Amino acid sequence: MELVYAICVGFMSACGIFLMLRGHTFTLVIGLTLLSYAVNLFLFASGGLTIGAPAVLSSSENYADPLPQALVLTAIVIGFAMTAFAVILAMRGRADLGSDHVDGIEAFDPLSEEKS
Amino acid sequence: MSLFDHLVIFPVLIPFFVAVALLFPSLNNCIKRQRVLSITANIILVIVAFSLLFKVEAQGIQVYALGDWSAPFGIVLVADLFSVLMVCLSAVLGLAAILYASAGEDKAGVFYHSLILFQLMGINGAFLTGDAFNLFVFFEVLLIASYSLMIHGGGKQRTQANIHYVFLNLIGSSLFLFALGTLYGTLGTLNFADMADRIPLLSNDELLIAKSGALLLLAVFGLKAAMLPLHFWLPKAYSTTSTSVAALFAIMTKVGIYSIWRVHGVMFGDQAGELANIALPWLWPIALLTIAIGAIAVLASTSLRVLCSNLVIVSVGTLLVTISLNTVQAASAGIYYLLHSTVACAAMFMLAGLIQQQRGQAEDRFVAARSMPQAGILGFIFVLLAIALIGMPPLSGFVGKALILQSVTNATEAMWVFPLILGAGLIALIALSRAGTSLFWRTNGENTSAPKGHLFQYVAIGLLVAILPLMVIFGGTVSDYTQLAAEQLKAGLSLQQLIEVAK
Repeated sequence: MELVYAICVGFMSACGIFLMLRGHTFTLVIGLTLLSYAVNLFLFASGGLTIGAPAVLSSSENYADPLPQALVLTAIVIGFAMTAFAVILAMRGRADLGSDHVDGIEAFDPLSEEKS
Repeated sequence: MSLFDHLVIFPVLIPFFVAVALLFPSLNNCIKRQRVLSITANIILVIVAFSLLFKVEAQGIQVYALGDWSAPFGIVLVADLFSVLMVCLSAVLGLAAILYASAGEDKAGVFYHSLILFQLMGINGAFLTGDAFNLFVFFEVLLIASYSLMIHGGGKQRTQANIHYVFLNLIGSSLFLFALGTLYGTLGTLNFADMADRIPLLSNDELLIAKSGALLLLAVFGLKAAMLPLHFWLPKAYSTTSTSVAALFAIMTKVGIYSIWRVHGVMFGDQAGELANIALPWLWPIALLTIAIGAIAVLASTSLRVLCSNLVIVSVGTLLVTISLNTVQAASAGIYYLLHSTVACAAMFMLAGLIQQQRGQAEDRFVAARSMPQAGILGFIFVLLAIALIGMPPLSGFVGKALILQSVTNATEAMWVFPLILGAGLIALIALSRAGTSLFWRTNGENTSAPKGHLFQYVAIGLLVAILPLMVIFGGTVSDYTQLAAEQLKAGLSLQQLIEVAK
């Protein structure tokens, strides 16, 4: 289970980072969302993965570490608010600057020149 | 428990409740009531911050366990000499920023006063917290307030700078969480004191994981502090935002510096066993390069606000040097310099705002323009601030730099630190004299229609400028205090002590 979990988190962060390296606010927002999903899963696993153990003390012999779950909850709420802000800002930037590139103007792309 | 026992949490609660109250329609509709309430709240905040400072000085470290849950499980606020000094600094700076904005800048957009109080809440919380996850939460509080404040008033340039600032910091926040997860996975706690206790006990296969977590944290704090490869967002962000916001942001980079100090200077400091001083080999070259790059950028600046933003980067580099020197004396000098550079940079941003307001279309760029209606008084303040920022006697910049240079004992370290810090001072001298010459003397005609500075704006600048000579006149008291603060910081705090103090 650990291996599958680790691969999932790693793949999702890789996708997020790849998307964030694009220069457009739309892909940046999608990339950030993926990265924050990955980080939430990562935080969740930081207390160790357990199956069939509730995060409640003294109800059974086995219990999961409750703290990462509390941390994830906080991180999800904050991440959600931040994404909402980023989307609004991206729309504002698109309206104010006339382009959804993060620098406000389309960057010169040598690769696309070569093709044409 | 009397009310006085809860003093530690007041610097977080006062701005929070007043900010929420300001959102109600009866207050939100009337800018005058907002100003009165937010200035009053800030004066109370200054009084609370200083009474907390005297309390900590008299009775030692104060620990406040929220909901009376004891230390490693509950959330604690820790007020020691260093953190409480930073809270005082942020309270004074916040008061100056709000006074300056009350001259009219707060009408450029909505919710100015609420946002600035939320920002102060986040800053004070970040200084006082004794728990790494809470540090993250308070960082987010101060960041989301700063995102909105930076774009306050609107405009193309601000939107553009804000996009860079917001996205970079969002990525930074994700990395912060990754680092916290890594550290929690190895240490099993996020309480600063408890973490410091457990770091030397790590087993061999956990060392590398904890190390990567710690260095990831360095990158995150470095982004907030604008240290070398992560500083590119700063000049644009600080120079395009509104004046009072830029002045308050002078303390934002210091929040990053403060966190590096706490985490990498102390927690992963001398007592960390195998992981002792892991950040130092990185910090030392980065600090020196930050000074050098900052100084070059100072020379290349074309307007006063950009110049001042680059001076912020130089001061960040200087502070990183004092962290990486890793002695009590250097830390003490660093804390003194931190106070001075924050206040001086904030005042310079305010002055740049006034100059921009009085020069019409030329704004604060270094070009010939019509002379300013109040050139005399502005020039006087400019000279004072320039002397402080360059580090010439008799103002506090000189004392700060002298203390830093004095704390360098090792010859090889001195070989790097002396030329860079003194050279950066020389470059600041050249750049600021050129700036002053073109702003005040290269004039043609008189601009009589420009709006004169408002009384509140001068009071705000005066409040900050007055601190600089006071830091020299009471230099002994201040440096004794920073010495004690540095000793306390370097000694660290174990969980045992934390629990004992909390009782």
